Amino acid sequence: MTRTTAVRPPRSRGGRTAHPFLRYALRRVLTSLLLVVGVTLVTFVLTNLVPGDPVAAALGQRAAEDPAIVAQFRATYGLDQPLVVQYFTYLGNLLHGDLGVSTTTHNPVVDDLAKALPATLEIALGAIVLSVIIGVVLGTIAAYRRGKASDHVLRVVSLAGLSVPTFWLALVLYYVFYFQLHIAPGSGRLSSDFSTPPHVTGLYTVDALLAGQLDTFLDAASHLFLPVLVLTLYTVGLLTRFVRTAVLEILDQDYVRAARAKGLPTRTVIWSYVLRGASIPILTVVGLAFGSLLSGTVLVEAIFAWPGIGSYAYQAASHLDLPGIMGVGLLIGVMYLLVNLIVDLLYGVLDPRVRLAS
Amino acid sequence: MSSSIDPAALTIEGLRIATRSHTIVGGIDLALKRGGIHGLAGESGSGKTMTALAVLGLLPGSMTASGSIRLADAEGPASTELVGASRGVLQGVRGRRVAMVFQDPSTSLHPQLPVGRQLTDHMRHHLGLGKAEARQKAEALLDRVRVPDARGALSKYPHQFSGGQRQRIAIAVALACDPTVLLADEPTTALDVTVQAGVLQLLRELADGGDLSILLVTHDLGVMSAVADEVTVMRQGLVVESAPREQLFTSPQDDYTRSLLAALPGSSFEQTGEEAR
Repeated sequence: MTRTTAVRPPRSRGGRTAHPFLRYALRRVLTSLLLVVGVTLVTFVLTNLVPGDPVAAALGQRAAEDPAIVAQFRATYGLDQPLVVQYFTYLGNLLHGDLGVSTTTHNPVVDDLAKALPATLEIALGAIVLSVIIGVVLGTIAAYRRGKASDHVLRVVSLAGLSVPTFWLALVLYYVFYFQLHIAPGSGRLSSDFSTPPHVTGLYTVDALLAGQLDTFLDAASHLFLPVLVLTLYTVGLLTRFVRTAVLEILDQDYVRAARAKGLPTRTVIWSYVLRGASIPILTVVGLAFGSLLSGTVLVEAIFAWPGIGSYAYQAASHLDLPGIMGVGLLIGVMYLLVNLIVDLLYGVLDPRVRLAS
Repeated sequence: MSSSIDPAALTIEGLRIATRSHTIVGGIDLALKRGGIHGLAGESGSGKTMTALAVLGLLPGSMTASGSIRLADAEGPASTELVGASRGVLQGVRGRRVAMVFQDPSTSLHPQLPVGRQLTDHMRHHLGLGKAEARQKAEALLDRVRVPDARGALSKYPHQFSGGQRQRIAIAVALACDPTVLLADEPTTALDVTVQAGVLQLLRELADGGDLSILLVTHDLGVMSAVADEVTVMRQGLVVESAPREQLFTSPQDDYTRSLLAALPGSSFEQTGEEAR
């Protein structure tokens, strides 16, 4: 029988189908690790190509004029070694979790980043969750009402969202909600009369809830509001337009017509059939949007004095703090890779053809 | 069949389907007998598929239907008018009383949903069955359409089956809520020739069971000759000829039907066509 050759054994038989996905996952993880090495090389080379003398930037003019101090500084930070040696030293230290010492804060870069990362994650995650929810809802509505007035309104609005510069929007919102209306709290992550909640995740809202401090949670949430809003407006336009296109394509599929012919309620058709079908392209663009959010945070964090990776990057760059700059570059690169890895693995979860293909 | 019951499961009268500028179907009549297979033949673009979609009220937004499509009740003389019916009425008919099988099972089954889910979601919705009950019934359905290892098949995905098995699954999905009318739109066109016969035989058996009437839409008169009881030939949105199978294949009345028959491979039809010339 030629027909049965195409048929695979049922899933339940011990581990036979676990293998393909495991292999798939392993391959993706290994590729990502290789890419991390690539990222270290790129950040290292780029950082050292920057014109400008880190010694002068760190020491100030008078100290930089004293050759003894300069020599000592160069020796302390290993800057007197050839670049290749510096790179391998950097890699070796990296393996021990050592990113060097920041020449501006004089703290280990790892510690600085560990402190800054949760702040950035808190606004970035908040913004991506919010923009996915809004983008999927609006994009689906626009697709269903294709060509009608509401579709056109949504398209114009999302295009406007895409076109407005983030920093300008941040400034305007800050001015209106803080200076004029006094609705939003000032800059930073917490008001001065609140103390940081006990550290668990580093996300203040989550930590405050875990500690049962409702006041702190509300204050942290109100501080999140504006930066998250700005970042959401930045990505939601992109997501809405993309979801609309993806849903329109799926609406044309036979399986959607078949689901309608089954008399399923519209709600079920949208959730179980249309959005499930569109989930893979949507996932791809969510990954991309999250990546661009991470870089979008730099200006937003600067405006809202948000002590995250963006502020740290800004500060490190303006002081030519090479270990700091490399640390941030590496971290953002790794986060990009991590997001891509998660997206790849989620493809496997969402699509049985990826998961079960050998 | 008692005389009080309408002998036709589905009666189409003066059905017109049109966009703003075009007429797709220009007023056709068709009666689908209970327990029979009625073939609807014609070249692509002749309005066959749109006729089937009009029965379910699933025409594309740019098209409107007028005329009458009456769906007879399973018991008793009453019937339901489907043209212009409310959304609620149509939702109760779709999948429950009239089901549809599409041309290509590799696109009409959702690739990301397990077969069991696609077999049971409308059962649970229309018949109010529990999860376990619905799965049991789904397993029985897969057995009925002869998909091997029905229980194991429920948790598999469409891509894990061959084309012929997929179409059997799609037929099982259509049969799940015990409809009285099955609309089969080119159900064998996307299948290998070797598998086609099996699927057609299955359709014949289902109709012979007595409770199901099948409207078989196809451009392939070879398929018609294999299973249909009556055949209606359409061209450019109009019916050119409608007759019992034997009569249509042995003594076609219309020139267009004759040319279609002449185009068939296989000696007997060819002779029929040539004799007619």
